[in-house]
Amino acid sequence: MGFDFNVILSKQDALVSGIAMTVFVWVVGTLAAALIGFIVATARRYGGVIVDKALTVPIEVIRGTPFLVQLFLLYFGGPYIGLSLDALPAGLLALSIYGAAYFAEIFRAGYQSVPPGHVEAAECLGFTRIQIIRNILLPEMALLVIPPSVNMAIILLKETALLSLITVPEMTMTASAIGSQEYAFVEAMVLIALVYWVLVELAGVLGRFAEKKLSRYRLAKA
Amino acid sequence: MSWKLFNLLLEASLMTIFVSTVSILIGLVLAILLSAANLSGIRPLQWFAKFFISFFRGTPLLVQLLLLYNLLPVIGVQIPSLVTAIIGLSICTAAYQAENLRGGFEGVPTGLVESADMAGFTPVQTFFHIRVPIALRLTLPALINEAILILKASSLVSVVGLIELTRMAQNLVASTFMPLEIYASAGLIYLVINLVVATAGRQLERRLPGVGGK
Repeated sequence: MGFDFNVILSKQDALVSGIAMTVFVWVVGTLAAALIGFIVATARRYGGVIVDKALTVPIEVIRGTPFLVQLFLLYFGGPYIGLSLDALPAGLLALSIYGAAYFAEIFRAGYQSVPPGHVEAAECLGFTRIQIIRNILLPEMALLVIPPSVNMAIILLKETALLSLITVPEMTMTASAIGSQEYAFVEAMVLIALVYWVLVELAGVLGRFAEKKLSRYRLAKA
Repeated sequence: MSWKLFNLLLEASLMTIFVSTVSILIGLVLAILLSAANLSGIRPLQWFAKFFISFFRGTPLLVQLLLLYNLLPVIGVQIPSLVTAIIGLSICTAAYQAENLRGGFEGVPTGLVESADMAGFTPVQTFFHIRVPIALRLTLPALINEAILILKASSLVSVVGLIELTRMAQNLVASTFMPLEIYASAGLIYLVINLVVATAGRQLERRLPGVGGK
């Protein structure tokens, strides 16, 4: 038995496009998830008790079920309720919603970490709600929110591999296809495992860098 | 959707529970061994543990499972898909649990370890009788959390051909063309299992004594 990585590497064009697709889905999906999560957390903070309670249900359902089942439900079940999506938009949507549930909790914890006195002081000074969010809440919670957000981004990167199961041509699918064609499946999987690993480590390094940059916002008591 | 279909899903969920439970337990044992390697002070063992934890936390479980599933026949190992699934899940969760335990081991009060040394415990005895029980108690919440993650991650072993909840749902969808009802029901079953685990975990957490005021 011998392993031959050359047959895989000779298909580098397809591999590169698969990697590009993974990075695209990951970046867009994570940004959308963070944005939706932020909006949900904000709605829970300012929307009153009913909105707050009502939003916990979808969050808990999404956090309590496997991403794979959500993905299948959306992609295969969607057309039955008039939601016919191609693989890529379905994958992006599923990834964004899944991530949003976790980001909503991250931002909720962030909001709670800001001392109420700071918000009250801003209110007394006549800050509008938008100004309070932008100038008081966001900067003060940034440091607390960064580590779990980076962690979530890494989890989402690994979840993008599941999009291969609904035929999004990202790197797991591309590598599986090449691996089967060339009878070099193991080599193909080892190769993309290494690519994922590098991307994950890279995200971790970037996260620690951002944390360092933001440490000037550290609260005195922390 | 008929009760008959729902019952098939319920039966398949037993496989999900079985695979997840066995994997969590094997993963826990492996994680304790990895922690022992980390604390051993022997460089090559530490490197191995570090590499193992980083690799399996840094790559998607799906890729790990596909790799394992295709690698075993190539190197001449023929085992049922149930065993492949358990091996894949155990190795992956071991890496995550080892990382959780690291925090637990750091939280073991030095005084207790020193007392054990004074009392003539060998390092191995200290590890298993003092460090491990305390670290496990300290990381119990993380362990419960990991159990829920593995229950959800076990949906991926459907790709290695094991008929668990997700695979059963896929099969039923293929024969009935009712993806909406069937995947929603599967999701509901996962949700209920996870709620039970989370509630049981909180109860256990409350009943067990704490460690040194923590």
